[in-house]
Amino acid sequence: MTDALRPPPKKDPQKRTVTPTLPPTMRSRAALGLSAAAAEGRFALQSCAECGAVQYPPRDACSRCLSTGLRWRDVDPGGTLLAETTIHTTVDVYFRERMPWRTGSVQLDAGPVVIAHVHGDVTTRGRVRMWNLLDRAGQAVLVAMPEGRTPHMEDDPQLREMTADPKHRRILIADARNPNAPALARALKDAGAAMLIAGEAEGWRPYPHRDALAALGVDLQPMDVTDTASVKKLAGEYGGKTDILINNARFMRPGGVLARGDTAFARDEIEVNYLGLMRLAQAFGPGMCARAQDGVNSAAAWVNILTVEALSNDPAYGCFNASNAAALSLSQSLRAEFRGAGLRVMNVLTGPTEDDWYQPLPPPKVGHAALARSVVEGLQRGLEDVYCGDVAKDLVERFRRDPKVLERERTGGTA
Amino acid sequence: MSALDTLAAALASGQVRVVDLTHTLDPDFPVIILPPEFGQCARFRMEEISAYDHRGPAWKWHNISMSEHTGTHFDAPSHWVSGRDVALGAVDEIPPERFIGPVCVIDCAAEATEDEDFLLQPAHIAAWEATHGRIPAGAWVLMRTDWSKRRGAAYLNMREDGPHSPGPSPEAVRLLVEDRDIIGFGTETVGTDAGQAAHLSPPYPAHYILHGAGRYGLQCLANLDQLPPTGAVLMAAPLKIKGGTGSPLRVLAMVEGA
Repeated sequence: MTDALRPPPKKDPQKRTVTPTLPPTMRSRAALGLSAAAAEGRFALQSCAECGAVQYPPRDACSRCLSTGLRWRDVDPGGTLLAETTIHTTVDVYFRERMPWRTGSVQLDAGPVVIAHVHGDVTTRGRVRMWNLLDRAGQAVLVAMPEGRTPHMEDDPQLREMTADPKHRRILIADARNPNAPALARALKDAGAAMLIAGEAEGWRPYPHRDALAALGVDLQPMDVTDTASVKKLAGEYGGKTDILINNARFMRPGGVLARGDTAFARDEIEVNYLGLMRLAQAFGPGMCARAQDGVNSAAAWVNILTVEALSNDPAYGCFNASNAAALSLSQSLRAEFRGAGLRVMNVLTGPTEDDWYQPLPPPKVGHAALARSVVEGLQRGLEDVYCGDVAKDLVERFRRDPKVLERERTGGTA
Repeated sequence: MSALDTLAAALASGQVRVVDLTHTLDPDFPVIILPPEFGQCARFRMEEISAYDHRGPAWKWHNISMSEHTGTHFDAPSHWVSGRDVALGAVDEIPPERFIGPVCVIDCAAEATEDEDFLLQPAHIAAWEATHGRIPAGAWVLMRTDWSKRRGAAYLNMREDGPHSPGPSPEAVRLLVEDRDIIGFGTETVGTDAGQAAHLSPPYPAHYILHGAGRYGLQCLANLDQLPPTGAVLMAAPLKIKGGTGSPLRVLAMVEGA
């Protein structure tokens, strides 16, 4: 049984903050398909288009028939633990700091035998459910999990290495004024967050849910993501205790390029949605990277909430979507820049949300609570890409099938 | 001694003091808030170009951005639809002598404390003139409310039915412009009009009447409590922005006496 993770003691100010180390990063090109699936929390393996054999480890040709037609496909995550060992010593710097470490071999119901990290609650020769997770280096690793829930299973030290669980972590929500802030705060608090801070822009004008945030115990601190000095100031004060940063700042107005005939709102969208992300990252990123291996409440993740229409524009919100496309691209750069520290960037891409500016659109729309749930679940699974709601899931699937066809579908190419 | 020699000597001796009527340009200073589908007033923003560092080793400088109507600012006639065709209606066209003039300060601080929607009426002006004499033609008239001492949300005083702050009634503005021939009107609030002025007739009477008649506005003024009712000279020169409808500026007053 997993011991419940206890709130960490206050940090000893005489101790040096540990420099983050990473597990081995090298993978074949073929193996990156596993990382792509792990980024979304899917358990996928290559399967042969010719003979149907499921493959592991990833390779360039089928191990049974030598066909090169290997496709990544979600497969049954069930299996049985065959053999296990607990490693107590290694020369690998990352694992050396985390010994002992339980590993084993698992006979997958889908066919192959795989080497996997093994959760502490898995019993000898017991049934397991495989999770395909990203490790600190951002590469896929397979973790054999107990088949059902066990008490405090998320607190298993090996599992917590792979996730960015909010439990006992201190969380900054970038924009208190966003109507989704109370739902985010509530969900994170329920998930065990130790401290919630929210950046409050323009305290000189009221907004409806301020009291709700205060009632949830959210510490409101002045910050406007368009004001560099205010971002730096908050980072100066709270950057050293920001374990998870949730960038929910958003400016949006409807319309495409020709709708207004000026660049004023488009500039605001870039200021908040793109440059806001950059300002936050420049101010909070270095400190979070330095604290990515700082014990139970280490810095763990950076979350951006973006529209899925960053992938493929809808001219009804053309300029807003373009600003989100810029932010999405920037997040890829940031992800690469954070990777050396093991700090995760998770993008939550949503369809239209229950916001004022989407009011004329028909349902389904993503409610604040559903969005907050996606954020928390994504952190608990250590994901990089979360598609929240039916619209987002549908759009990304069509995007993968054919981005050009999707573009035409969304911009008037079909009857 | 010439008049300017006398002035210079009085400034040097402290017989004439300079009072700064300007708020600091601060990113967090309130601006006017319009319904969100309308274009909005840009807040003051400042980005470092370099600060004696790798971006420029021996110098520090910033790029700044803002609206013409951010912070303590000047409204030109072309700011309002009523003044769109007024001759010399943009800040770069206004003759510079119009930026300096005598100033009358009407103290409404007590009334504004009592009633946050206080409207300056012709009767108040008459009462002021009974004590201080008739407002001279070509004067600036400033409405003192001590509103500049408010901080945070109390400044805009925004509620679900809009902002609540003092300002002039349409009749008072008409009196000042048409009968007293003032050069401009200034307030301590975020605009020259009252918070609820959208519901007056005409809506936003200070903007409508002042600018329609080619007069100017000053708003977000500070330190009006340091000015005498009469006798001071106001200096309010906006930036020379081509076709500009207004400008943030440093508003100064020269006040006689220690």
